[in-house]
Amino acid sequence: MKIIPLWLHKLSSPPAFYRFAGRLRPWLFGSALLLGAVGLYGGLVLAPPDYQQGDAYRIIFIHVPCAWMSLFGYGCMAVAALIALVWRIKLAEVIAMECAPVGAAFTFITLVTGSLWGKPMWGTWWTWDARLTSELVLLFLYFGVIGLFNAIEDRRRAARAASLLALVGIVNLPIVHYSVVWWNTLHQGSTVNLFGKSHISGAMLWPLLLMALATHLYFFASVLNRARVGLLAVEGGKDWARNLIAESANA
Amino acid sequence: MATIAPARTETARAPGASAAARAFLRRELLLAWRRRNDALFPVLYAIIVAALFPFALGPEPQLLARISGGVLLVTVLLAMLPTLESMFRGDLEDGSLEQMLLAPQPLALLALARIVGYWLTTTLPLIVVAPLLALLLHLPLDVLPVLLSALLLATPLLALLGAVLAALTAGTRRSAILLALMLLPLAVPVVIFAAGAVAAAQSGLPHSAPLLWLAAALVLALVLAPLACAAALRIAIES
Repeated sequence: MKIIPLWLHKLSSPPAFYRFAGRLRPWLFGSALLLGAVGLYGGLVLAPPDYQQGDAYRIIFIHVPCAWMSLFGYGCMAVAALIALVWRIKLAEVIAMECAPVGAAFTFITLVTGSLWGKPMWGTWWTWDARLTSELVLLFLYFGVIGLFNAIEDRRRAARAASLLALVGIVNLPIVHYSVVWWNTLHQGSTVNLFGKSHISGAMLWPLLLMALATHLYFFASVLNRARVGLLAVEGGKDWARNLIAESANA
Repeated sequence: MATIAPARTETARAPGASAAARAFLRRELLLAWRRRNDALFPVLYAIIVAALFPFALGPEPQLLARISGGVLLVTVLLAMLPTLESMFRGDLEDGSLEQMLLAPQPLALLALARIVGYWLTTTLPLIVVAPLLALLLHLPLDVLPVLLSALLLATPLLALLGAVLAALTAGTRRSAILLALMLLPLAVPVVIFAAGAVAAAQSGLPHSAPLLWLAAALVLALVLAPLACAAALRIAIES
């Protein structure tokens, strides 16, 4: 029964994680690319045009998975930040900090595709609607975490300070969301509901879910990949990192 | 018989938590009083920012009256930013922050005393000058009480949030811009509810709901922010 905790404990040591992430990386990137290609083909070619929005709705296959990932990335960062602050695990600090740029990139893509979608549908690139504003605030929260992490010299102290900021942000995020909903709203309601009936036909749903899966896989691949580099930066003076560099120099 | 007790045990006994917080607050107020000219800078800054709006937007009283509530709230928020940044700087540089950490009293309580001291010395002058700014910007006089109560609820909330971030950035360079970047997302709900109350009062609608939301957020922050601030100060000091 203790195999899984033992394995996790071993994995939290930097050299073991470095090797593990290295082995996992091609599979994650490969499956993300494959699923993304199938999902895009399904969404852009196979799915029928929308009866109201015509072909313009097809940006949903990029926009919505990225919007999900922007929140999922913040959630991952907050969980890793909590682990980093409570148990002081070096690996969790690195992972929390590497979630931030990836999540920020997804948030940025969400804002850009949303504004591209908004122009033909609402007639404007930007509107101070609740969801758009929350997403913008989310982007600034990500920037705050990244900025604080870069402002402090000592990388471990920087990671812990930025982790605390990430946790402050996650307490604040629902408050921001409901306050801007109260303030102003125009965005269409959710199309896909986890619980209850989704307002989308099956021919459009399967490419969307496939894209969501692909973006999740890409997120993990990218974070693991970045975490390997981050670990090397933190652990640069340790024996395992030196040996690794010596091996790659000889090869 | 108590008079013959050795003096050492008297000094070794630590004062209670509330006594320590009181002493700490007294120190803050005394420090601020000795440098009382510094308290004028945020006020001057706020006056300058508020005075720039009529130049930029034109002097029509109707237009100014419509935007004055929001402009005043943003002005106060902006005037707080430069002072928030240095909230823990002096304490960090002269080593009194380390003494705070070593003290037997809970750090969160001392941090709360620091925040209360900050609010009394830096933000209260801004609220005192707010009616003058409201006059400059033609805010209707019957809206003024709502604006002042919104400010009285919003500024302590901003000070509590800002203290957590100031503790996180203590000891970093270029922290003013960083603090603004981190504070503005957290300040969005505060600005929305405070400005919402003023706007509702201005158009004759009931305005108590946003004020009550602000009060609820203030109570929540009063409990949580000192704890987060203490954790942030520990991170800033260690290593």
